[in-house]
Amino acid sequence: MPETRKPKFSEQALREFEELLTHYPTRQAALLPTLWIAQREFGWVGEETQAYVADLLGLPYSHVKAVVTFYPMFHRKPVGKYLLDVCTNLSCRLRGADRIVNCIRRRLGIEIDETTKDGKFTLGVAECLASCGTAPMLQLNQDRFYENLTEESILKLIDELSKRDD
Amino acid sequence: MERILTRWLDIPDIRRLDVYEANGGYQALRKALFDMKPEEIINEVKNSNLRGRGGAAFPTGTKWSFIPKDSKKPVYLCCNADESEPGTFANRYQLEFDPHQVLEGILIACRAVNAHVAYMYFRGEFTHQKRTVEGAIAEARAKGYIGKNIMGSGFDVEIYTHRGAGAYICGEETGLLESLEGKRAYPRNRPPFPAIQGAFGCPTVVNNVETLSNVPWIIKKGADWYRSIGPEKSPGPKLFCLSGHVNKPGLYELPMGFPLKDLIYDVGGGISDGRKLKAVIPGGASFPPFTAEEAEKVMMDFDSVRAAGSLMGTAGVMVMHDDTCMVDVLRTIAHFFHHESCGQCTPCREGCGWIEKLMIDMEAGRGKVSDLDVMLNVASNMEGNTICVLADSLAMPTRGFITKFRSEFEDHVRLGRCPFRDRDGRLAPPAHAAYQEGDHA
Repeated sequence: MPETRKPKFSEQALREFEELLTHYPTRQAALLPTLWIAQREFGWVGEETQAYVADLLGLPYSHVKAVVTFYPMFHRKPVGKYLLDVCTNLSCRLRGADRIVNCIRRRLGIEIDETTKDGKFTLGVAECLASCGTAPMLQLNQDRFYENLTEESILKLIDELSKRDD
Repeated sequence: MERILTRWLDIPDIRRLDVYEANGGYQALRKALFDMKPEEIINEVKNSNLRGRGGAAFPTGTKWSFIPKDSKKPVYLCCNADESEPGTFANRYQLEFDPHQVLEGILIACRAVNAHVAYMYFRGEFTHQKRTVEGAIAEARAKGYIGKNIMGSGFDVEIYTHRGAGAYICGEETGLLESLEGKRAYPRNRPPFPAIQGAFGCPTVVNNVETLSNVPWIIKKGADWYRSIGPEKSPGPKLFCLSGHVNKPGLYELPMGFPLKDLIYDVGGGISDGRKLKAVIPGGASFPPFTAEEAEKVMMDFDSVRAAGSLMGTAGVMVMHDDTCMVDVLRTIAHFFHHESCGQCTPCREGCGWIEKLMIDMEAGRGKVSDLDVMLNVASNMEGNTICVLADSLAMPTRGFITKFRSEFEDHVRLGRCPFRDRDGRLAPPAHAAYQEGDHA
């Protein structure tokens, strides 16, 4: 475990964390929500962050690491400012998800799980995101869904995101 | 049929508490709190023959009746909003467009089993849905429907939201409980069942969003009314998730027992690109497909689909036209289950990986005819030999696709390539580079 613990929650995050603890009969149950706060605060959940969260909850570091490595939505390395998770499960593939993935690869010059050099975009693929009726689709930054995608609409989205001020 | 589970189509703002109330909202809760004993609520739900919508179709009232009446420990209710079965997207809209309906269902269920804390477990990707529900919880709390002394009844319920982080297995009820407790979502051996030892070692009920959304209606209109919709043993309104090669994919509320053929051709507007139906999976990726011929005769309710040789699961109906490669479809399904196997049981962890590997080779034209028998053998050894049914969920479609479309698999071997590739980009090679190399971590 690293000795230097750089990560530290903001005041607001600490208040949220304290509130969370009141929701459960055990501190351990607050682990997933605390990791979500950590990911929001720091952008990813590296080993130092895992150690920090372990300390906050009084859990062994090994337990926190076991949990972080089980759940694919926790980033164990930094990702781009815009994370595009394209669903490549069956219903989306039947309606052209592969074309969407290939279109993004060509446009951004990156492969799956890679980030553009300017740190702006990361391309991910996801399992079914419960949007099969509006396939193909992607989720931006683990939040908003973009549905009924076409090559045109995905290129337009990337252009808009590229122009967005930092 | 009057819409019940998709009322937002008729009342667009039903997500707002005032609109929900103006349309009869929280009256069933009032009835459950003031006019009915917990026993009576359970009996009403039992008599309605409501069966769980999360995939297993277990009778909901019976599940509730397993909770000990004189529990010294607290009782918990968990609402399963981890909707992740490929092809399924009903809960997602319910949470976005009519959150109070499921909250009312949760509160009534809590009253029935004497639970004072309910957890709503959202799949990690339901960020927007969770936000919407949290807004609805705040509204309902302010009006005294959630919290201490609900509507002056003396009954207390807190509802907390909990967010998963991308693991399909959290939809399995004991996996969900492990995840709620802050652990890897390894499903538990049963017994003990959650009704005796669930969340935090206490009696717990786990119900799906759609299941709970039916509850206010059963309380308001009665079990007899509910049983009159669809077949007696498997009644009620049902949300069908129609996807794939149809002209009008989407979410449709229809009575149980609706003909699959009519769902595809009338409701769904028929097969896209002017093509013919080849196969349809009736209940989500975990279940065997029907051929076009079989699909002609099937009625969509739990018992009829089972009798026809598949399962209705979550009613994720995935339609495939005649230009679809069945080998590629099974490879996609195998990839999913390999990716989502929690790794706890050897037959599942190794079996899912083995089938995916053979399917990658098969799709790439590197397979052997004998691989088909190996896969059928692996599938048999996966089934029934694991803690949860994830292994069965790949074994069933594996057997289904290989048995019903065997000649297509043999064509891949004979030609040394996929006969569906390289035509106008339809079904282009899989995007994930790892598929090509057969190297899958």
